[in-house]
Amino acid sequence: MPPTDSVERRRLRFVAIWQRNFLVWKKLAVPSLMGNIAEPLITLVAFGFGVGSLIGQVHGVPYIEFLASGAICMSVMMAASFEALYSAFSRMHVQKTWDAIRVTPTSLDDIVLGELTWAASKALLSGVAILAVIVALGISREWTLLLALPLLLLTGLVFSAIGLIVNAKAKGYDFFTYYFTLVLTPMTFLSGVYFPLSALPLPLQWLAQALPLHAAVELVRPLFFGQIDRNALLHLAVLVADLLLAWWLARGLTRQRFRA
Amino acid sequence: MPTPASNVHWLPAAAEPTPLLELVAVDKSYGAQQVIDGLSLRLLPGECLGLIGPNGAGKTTTIQLCLGLAQPDAGSIRLMGLAVPPMARQARQRVGVVTQFDSLDPDFTVEENLLVFGRYFGLRDAELRQRLPRLLEFAALQAKAKARISELSGGMRRRLSLARAMVNDPALIFLDEPTTGLDPQARHLIWERLKLLTAQGKSLLLTTHFMDEAERLCDRILVLDHGRRIAEDTPRALIAAQVEAEVIEIDGDGLDAAEALLRPLVSRLERSGDGLFAYSDHAAEALRVLEALPGLRVIHRRANLEDVFLKLTGRQLRD
Repeated sequence: MPPTDSVERRRLRFVAIWQRNFLVWKKLAVPSLMGNIAEPLITLVAFGFGVGSLIGQVHGVPYIEFLASGAICMSVMMAASFEALYSAFSRMHVQKTWDAIRVTPTSLDDIVLGELTWAASKALLSGVAILAVIVALGISREWTLLLALPLLLLTGLVFSAIGLIVNAKAKGYDFFTYYFTLVLTPMTFLSGVYFPLSALPLPLQWLAQALPLHAAVELVRPLFFGQIDRNALLHLAVLVADLLLAWWLARGLTRQRFRA
Repeated sequence: MPTPASNVHWLPAAAEPTPLLELVAVDKSYGAQQVIDGLSLRLLPGECLGLIGPNGAGKTTTIQLCLGLAQPDAGSIRLMGLAVPPMARQARQRVGVVTQFDSLDPDFTVEENLLVFGRYFGLRDAELRQRLPRLLEFAALQAKAKARISELSGGMRRRLSLARAMVNDPALIFLDEPTTGLDPQARHLIWERLKLLTAQGKSLLLTTHFMDEAERLCDRILVLDHGRRIAEDTPRALIAAQVEAEVIEIDGDGLDAAEALLRPLVSRLERSGDGLFAYSDHAAEALRVLEALPGLRVIHRRANLEDVFLKLTGRQLRD
């Protein structure tokens, strides 16, 4: 048996995992996209125009723009989390898709990286759908909105990685409810999505500085007004650091889960 | 084997081919329980090795270790000439695996299952599409190419699992209980396909607890119990070495009388529930004696691998 038989084509192995998930998504793309567009449309119309008409301006900007810039980050967070929790868990634990892949040259690390990039891609897609709604409704049409795209991808990666940590420790779907209600929902309120942070007590404002969703909202919001945040580099650093830490943990904990 | 000229001494002895798989003194424990205990085995190109043993003997763990999916506590493992676990990922490039429980992708059709799986080996789509017709033919699933997995019978799923394991043209295929849960027709079709593979020069490592399956397919059989190798040989040699040539199975009324009558006439007697098993190299006399006991049902047959298995691993249940 010549060892040359074992030589592989050079490739990014995680891409095969991404492609697998994409092929499944493609079969349900139309209803999935409808959901991606309908949900934010309803939220923006109901809250933005409805609640906005009561509030008027927040920090000198129309409430609908304040809300839209926060909601897009929140939607990306939610889309990434759903994919990295429920969908990835189904593939890992229920369907045993990961077990089938692990007997090939595509390893567990490749699978986790594939799931990470896939969940982030889906999250970005959901962000793009909302952005389209925002532009279509004329909420904002600043060119700086284009800069939101890479930021939303980064946000998607961060929350996918955090989701995969939870996935690695999950015993069942019930576990995820805690994560959504005890982690993500409070984070939404602490990150200035619906109302400015200044409405909160000071200690909570300090806590918010470390949250990835807060960093994302701070980065994306000024783009709606044609501006770039003064502390952009700091917030970017928070997101990148969160991503690296979360990825390292997700990979390590998944390896631990599969250790035999 | 060609005979080398007698005066040529410096040539190396006709080298044995490199084993595709070699385990040397491998140990594996889960917690306090030792699952694999000093196991050594080798598989040469073109061979079919059967791993037989009762439930919990360590068959599936052995496969996990060979693939690098479980870490050995001691010993060495080489797969396709590469050290496992460190090089396991590379070694798996030319290995196929059929797991005990079908792990087909329920989100895809038959054809998509093959295509998507091929990508995990880094194969290009164009190359895979070329291979698809032959794989579908091999699985006898040409008519089901566009069918979803939920529409397939158990036998069809098994065949697809087997075809999927062939997608990367492996030199060695691991099969963990490939026919468990199948009806006789489906089982025979799988056997036929496996024979086709060995005829093509593929190597197989097969776990099973169907002795007829092992006897039919395997060149060599390794009996595993409590993680230890307790016997290894060709099926015929195992039968010849381990058990008497003939077996008389007796049940019905009067077993005690039969047992008393047979004891001096046969070399071994086993009582199991409401049955009596008599083993002998010359059963004629024993059979004549049994004619005097009309209430009994008597079956006389040649010894087979199942007798070897039961002798080596006992008759008590393993759960």
